[in-house]
Amino acid sequence: MTLVTATERPARGAPRAEGDRSPSGHGAWFLVLPALIPILVLSVGPLLYGILLAFTDAQSGRTRATQWIGGLNFQDLLHDTLFWESFRIGLGWAVGVTVPQFLLALGLALLLDQDLKLRWLARALAILPWAMPEVVVGVMWRLVYNPDAGVLNETLRTLGLGDGRDWLSGLSTALPAVIVVGVWAGMPQTTVTLLAGLQNTPRELHEAAAMDGAGAWRRFRTVTWPALRPVALAITALNFIWNFNSFALVYVLTSGGPGGRTRLPMLFAYEEAFRYGQFGYAAAMGLVMVAVVSLLLALFLVGRLKDRTGGEAA
Amino acid sequence: MRTSTSGRVGQYAALLAYLVFLAFPFLWLVSTAFKSPRELGSLHPTWIPRDPTLDNFRQAFDEQPLLRAAGNSLLAALAAAVIAVLIATPLAYVMARHRTRLAKAATGWVVVSQAFPLVLVIIPLFLVLKNLRLINSLTGLVMVYVVWALPFALWMLVGYVRAVPTELEEAAAVDGAGRLRTLVSVTAPLLAPGIVATALFAFITAWNEFFFALVLLKTADKQTLPVVLTHFIGAEGVADLGPLAAAAFLATLPSLVIFAIIQRRITGGMLTGAVKS
Repeated sequence: MTLVTATERPARGAPRAEGDRSPSGHGAWFLVLPALIPILVLSVGPLLYGILLAFTDAQSGRTRATQWIGGLNFQDLLHDTLFWESFRIGLGWAVGVTVPQFLLALGLALLLDQDLKLRWLARALAILPWAMPEVVVGVMWRLVYNPDAGVLNETLRTLGLGDGRDWLSGLSTALPAVIVVGVWAGMPQTTVTLLAGLQNTPRELHEAAAMDGAGAWRRFRTVTWPALRPVALAITALNFIWNFNSFALVYVLTSGGPGGRTRLPMLFAYEEAFRYGQFGYAAAMGLVMVAVVSLLLALFLVGRLKDRTGGEAA
Repeated sequence: MRTSTSGRVGQYAALLAYLVFLAFPFLWLVSTAFKSPRELGSLHPTWIPRDPTLDNFRQAFDEQPLLRAAGNSLLAALAAAVIAVLIATPLAYVMARHRTRLAKAATGWVVVSQAFPLVLVIIPLFLVLKNLRLINSLTGLVMVYVVWALPFALWMLVGYVRAVPTELEEAAAVDGAGRLRTLVSVTAPLLAPGIVATALFAFITAWNEFFFALVLLKTADKQTLPVVLTHFIGAEGVADLGPLAAAAFLATLPSLVIFAIIQRRITGGMLTGAVKS
């Protein structure tokens, strides 16, 4: 979403350009300073500090001075099979959540764009997961998945589909189970953004296409999707980042268990930093996470944009 | 547009499926919160509690310092929301009205700040706050929340500022109002609803936040609601379901109420911020 804002041209170029040249230089500074200082001191500064820490042996509660150790943390990381296992799980989780999240949210947004009864209720409910603390979402789904008192197993029993199982402790079911929760929790932002994009697509084009006898699928392909595409790309990229870096949901649901099957990289790095006190090593993990995610996203976005220019040329 | 009857039926069926998927976990939470321990221990749980009870709520307040935690959450979220909006509004104004290098850098920061995993942010912040003796202190937490809420607040506010026509400000300038005067008496009143919505949104995000609170707050008397909630879950992952559900239900209520109030504004802010500009 922010990506869209960043790449957009001003709608009304003229007055804004005028504003630039107006004698507002020092006036603007006085408006900007109250936010700029906290951003520099508490966000940009710490980020740079964090990057530096990745090249040191910083530990908590140690008396010896922290030393610069160059790329040693990264060398260790390269051979840390547990970390890469966690990284693999993290990527599986991020893709497993982001893709269904997008498809389900797109379906819901298309429905909400129609003139249906009960739409108000659906709109309110679509935002419900957004309003809840992540910890509560985790607690809630623990109750759903609970082997005895949970509604999932009870429904399975009623339908005669066996006795159900302990979803969150099963080696094979834990990751799929938390992925479902991730999808549920992240749907609102995606739905709201896509709905906003849909309401911005030209109605007249839609009606013209319908007049010409284009079916619903054709209309979606030729009218809706091209208009929705930038918004869809931006929200998918953001969702991927958010999901890859998510923490609270899985912390509450499984704490990374059973046997590390749901230990996302953030949980791994959190334990490394605040249970074992390895600040430098954990910072290096964080840095590797940013690097890999940025690379993947760059590839994804470049690929999509190429698709588009190719499509236009054809 | 004309849609066939079968198409309509399909649409309603799909909508119903979505409603069920979105609503059922929350309904189950509410149902569990009002069930007696005996009912929770029995197999074949029902949607409607057989004999509804408030015992879980009483027990939840006995087991954990929920009131204290709610007070901490309220204080942190309120302070963070007010401060974030106070410092974000002027910057958002500059970002929306002037395409200076500074405004571009701020936009860049908003985007980049989304990409960094919190662990890379919290380790240095933890060290800095430790040196300032602000670990296990709500002041330290509020400082972190303010900066953490800023990107989204800026992004929403930029959308609201752009919705205020520049012509109004120009007219005020023509009438001889100074820059500050124009901002205070022309722009600010028009922005007020957007500012309130942004503040409420920042409040909810801080009220719901977990990770920073988990790392920065060490003792039970300082911890916020989400952290205290996790104490209901034992080390072995075993939880006393009734009180846990009751406490979780209570912790959600404030966010739900506020969200119901600003629901429209948020979707509106999304529209202006994300799509139109």
